[in-house]
Amino acid sequence: MKKLILACLSMFLITAANAQNGYQVGDLASDFNLKNVDGKNVSLANYKNAKGYIVVFTCNTCPVSKAYEARVEALSKMYAAKGYPVVAINTNDPVTSPGDTYAKMQERAKEKGFSFAYLEDPDHVFTKKYGAQRTPHVFVLQKTAKGNEVAYIGAIDNDQQEANPQRDNYVQNAVNQLLKGEKPSVASTKAIGCTIKWKKEASR
Amino acid sequence: MQKSIVTILLILIGYGANAQVKLLTLNELEQRVAKGKDTTYVVNFWATWCGPCVEELPYFEKVNTENAGKPFKVILMSLDFKSKLKTDVIPFVAKHKIKSEVYVLNETDQQKFIDQVDKNWSGAIPATLILNADKKVRSFYEQAFTYEQLTKTISTVIKP
Repeated sequence: MKKLILACLSMFLITAANAQNGYQVGDLASDFNLKNVDGKNVSLANYKNAKGYIVVFTCNTCPVSKAYEARVEALSKMYAAKGYPVVAINTNDPVTSPGDTYAKMQERAKEKGFSFAYLEDPDHVFTKKYGAQRTPHVFVLQKTAKGNEVAYIGAIDNDQQEANPQRDNYVQNAVNQLLKGEKPSVASTKAIGCTIKWKKEASR
Repeated sequence: MQKSIVTILLILIGYGANAQVKLLTLNELEQRVAKGKDTTYVVNFWATWCGPCVEELPYFEKVNTENAGKPFKVILMSLDFKSKLKTDVIPFVAKHKIKSEVYVLNETDQQKFIDQVDKNWSGAIPATLILNADKKVRSFYEQAFTYEQLTKTISTVIKP
């Protein structure tokens, strides 16, 4: 009987640990200090006039990420001046995914003329901390007195193929509402994306 | 007259192509599984553009072949854009000589269908669903499989 209780308890603990994997809406997000494609390190705190941030976990290689590149650039153009800069973080290990090396990131940013920071995340420290599960995966943060509060988690819009002019622009809607002093009415969404290319551990 | 012959020809060609890979909604899939009673369905969510998905497809093909004649079916559910059915999916299936049943998912609202497949699915692919109506099995995996992991997982969730 004792064993059974123990088994149940440990199962519960595992479930609880899984559920807490990464941030939920309302959590305070940690700042980072990661290397940008221009060689300089970037932290959220660097953006002195920011009211919040559009943090995009993405990569060079995922077709869904590529399909959204122009839309991420548009978000940057639209919201950086309004106080919500885009900060992109590459989730992938450059050994597992050779198209995602720092040099390839630099190439991509130059080729596409990214106006936003595109950071590497060695050992997936912040990818794991935030709980990014696929690319692209967006976290909209709002600067508050307590810290950077997660206001929205999910997809950029619900129209990966850019086939529906009546698409729901989730990130735009969330940021627009935050700028008006409201909470995003849709605070979390799901979408099909690429798996994160994790570093292969020696033990596996 | 000529026009109508061309039209008929086009329809026939279209029909031939559709016979190979069809569109399928999640409800249609669920109905099929329910009717399958004691049949085990291994539904793999993949896309032609997804590297790790393409890598594991041969394992699903192998499992399907090995279980031929048994109440067992591998269904490869492509999440390629519907518009890519003829340009990407059908040529891919032909090139790789895929023997398992292939469908392109006929759903537009990702919000809805991701949760309908499994509440815990983040939307990353590859992902796999193992189903058996009679044994009340519905197991979901958001991961890539090796051949060994796949056969072991199937034999663990589907008890003989």
